[in-house]
Amino acid sequence: MVGGLAPVAGYERFLLLRRRFRRAAAMLVAGFLGWYFVYVGLSAFARGFMARTVVGHVNVALLLGLLQFVSTFALTAAYLAYARRRLDPLAGELR
Amino acid sequence: MTGRALTFGLFLAFILITLGITIWARVNTRGADDFYAGGRTFSGPQNGVALAGDYMSAASFLGIAGIIALNGYDGFLYSIGFLVAWLLALLLVELVRNAGRFTLGDVLARRVRRQAPVRRAAVVSTVTVSVFYLLAQMVGAGALVSLLLGIHRGERFLGMDAATAKTVTIVVVGALMIFYVAFGGMKATTWVQIIKSALLMAGAVVLTALVLGRFGFDVSAMLGSAADASGKGEAFLRPGLRYGQDVPGDTYRTIVNKLDFISLALALVLGTAGLPHIVARFFAVPDGRAARTSVSWAIGLVGAFYLMTLALGFGAAALVGRQAIVAQDPSGNTAAPQLAQAVGEHVGGRVGGDVLLAFIGAVAFATILAVVSGLVLASSTSLAHDFFGQVLMLGRPRESQEVAVARFASFLVGSLAIVLAVVARNLNVAFLVALAFAMAASANLPAIVLSLFWRRFNSAGVVAGIYGGLIAALVLVFFSPVVSGKVDPVTGESLSLFPAGVDFHLFPLENPGLVSIPIGFACAVAGTFAGREKADAERYDDLSVRALTGAGSH
Repeated sequence: MVGGLAPVAGYERFLLLRRRFRRAAAMLVAGFLGWYFVYVGLSAFARGFMARTVVGHVNVALLLGLLQFVSTFALTAAYLAYARRRLDPLAGELR
Repeated sequence: MTGRALTFGLFLAFILITLGITIWARVNTRGADDFYAGGRTFSGPQNGVALAGDYMSAASFLGIAGIIALNGYDGFLYSIGFLVAWLLALLLVELVRNAGRFTLGDVLARRVRRQAPVRRAAVVSTVTVSVFYLLAQMVGAGALVSLLLGIHRGERFLGMDAATAKTVTIVVVGALMIFYVAFGGMKATTWVQIIKSALLMAGAVVLTALVLGRFGFDVSAMLGSAADASGKGEAFLRPGLRYGQDVPGDTYRTIVNKLDFISLALALVLGTAGLPHIVARFFAVPDGRAARTSVSWAIGLVGAFYLMTLALGFGAAALVGRQAIVAQDPSGNTAAPQLAQAVGEHVGGRVGGDVLLAFIGAVAFATILAVVSGLVLASSTSLAHDFFGQVLMLGRPRESQEVAVARFASFLVGSLAIVLAVVARNLNVAFLVALAFAMAASANLPAIVLSLFWRRFNSAGVVAGIYGGLIAALVLVFFSPVVSGKVDPVTGESLSLFPAGVDFHLFPLENPGLVSIPIGFACAVAGTFAGREKADAERYDDLSVRALTGAGSH
């Protein structure tokens, strides 16, 4: 049974699935890691900017921190929707 | 006293309920599928709740609330790192679930020519990361439970003083986790996680609502009040009080501090997807799609919870105050329980304070027990399935044999953790949590990612990557200031594992991730080329098809 499913790897539908997954994964990773390290970098090196007041006692640091939560939820929802629409049907055909 | 009795009573209630579940699970656990993966009958949402339970340790509940209460904004950085990390898990979970059966070793061994060394490496890494993480949780449990029962101030409880209570707690927590795992396997552990998750979320919601209510649901007012009470003013609401500190006039120190902070951030965000007890839970669902659903549920719960740590931490800073927190525990671990007592008293007087304190105490206790059980389960699964089943018995053990070995392995790993925790009970081992994340990111992540996506990767690469990353993280931490040479500039007391005066630190960063994660990846690549073993293209294709489509999955 070793390598039993290997021939499927040549199917055009599989190549399409793999391309789509890799593109989505690359975009997601670049997006969230990039944005996370922008935030970490600002926390470490741009303290004056992070200290600016937005409203009341809420400053830029807190606002950007909260946006990390928002972006994480949004990216999760986007990936789930993409996977359901563009990946699952292809995977289903090949299974 | 009534408060203490209530706390103790809730502990007992949780123990009795979970023991009942374990006995039920024992009756319903027959084969390896049941023991390792709960029969794969858990639904995506159920497993997601359990995943969140596995993940939200006492370190993140009490620890982050404490760090925010004492250091302000910087504690929030932990919350963010711990949450964002889940996006990586979201991408990998489906592939890992589709390609493996029970363990990380299954995934890594699928495409390589020589399985035995790969599985051995997976076992070594799983057990090492788990034991370090266990140690952190159990030593913390010892200190915490004696605090929650109020026996730290020279008082006695059931005839025990604080030192005895600490040891007894570690042994009792250890015995319970062994019992859950050895008898109930994944089924019992999952239900323990689900109950714990529900308790923890309920506790956090109640506390958050009461805290915000005190400030008329005005977050800005809460922040302002916390900043005033902290004595540090608006700086309390900005990054920099604890991590990446600027040292005026000392550029070297400043740069080291900044790099250390970035190193921590890196380990947090890359470690999660390689944590053994998280990976083990990917297999408790029927298929890859359910696995994806479970991670999305975990993201929702973990995110909601970490948002609430803001209210818990800043609320404690404002309503309990730094002095009262440090008087109980200098590292701030009791900030959340103290906050519970404060807001409870405000609502329901003395009784209200006692009730809420007892409830939050029980939540913390449940949290510790649930997380340690998950870790013991992951280690014993790996030892029994990868090492005994696949390496020693060449993949042909009887299923009943393998499960018996797993039960015995949980006893071994659990006992080892108890002994180590009792020995280390008075040491400052909080750094072990960050170390576990760094090891998971340095050893497991390169192996998982390269196995799934690099055609040329081979057995030598997996082995070199895992050992290289693991050893790099361990060695760097051993020669870092967390082990020796860090002294409080004011009091002269040691802030390291070793007492003041012992100083053999060579590596300036407290968090190894920034160096050890690249080393893990580099070793994996170098090992692949040095191994001179041709990758098996057919098996890689087979793995790709399985991982992406879910065809032929168990």
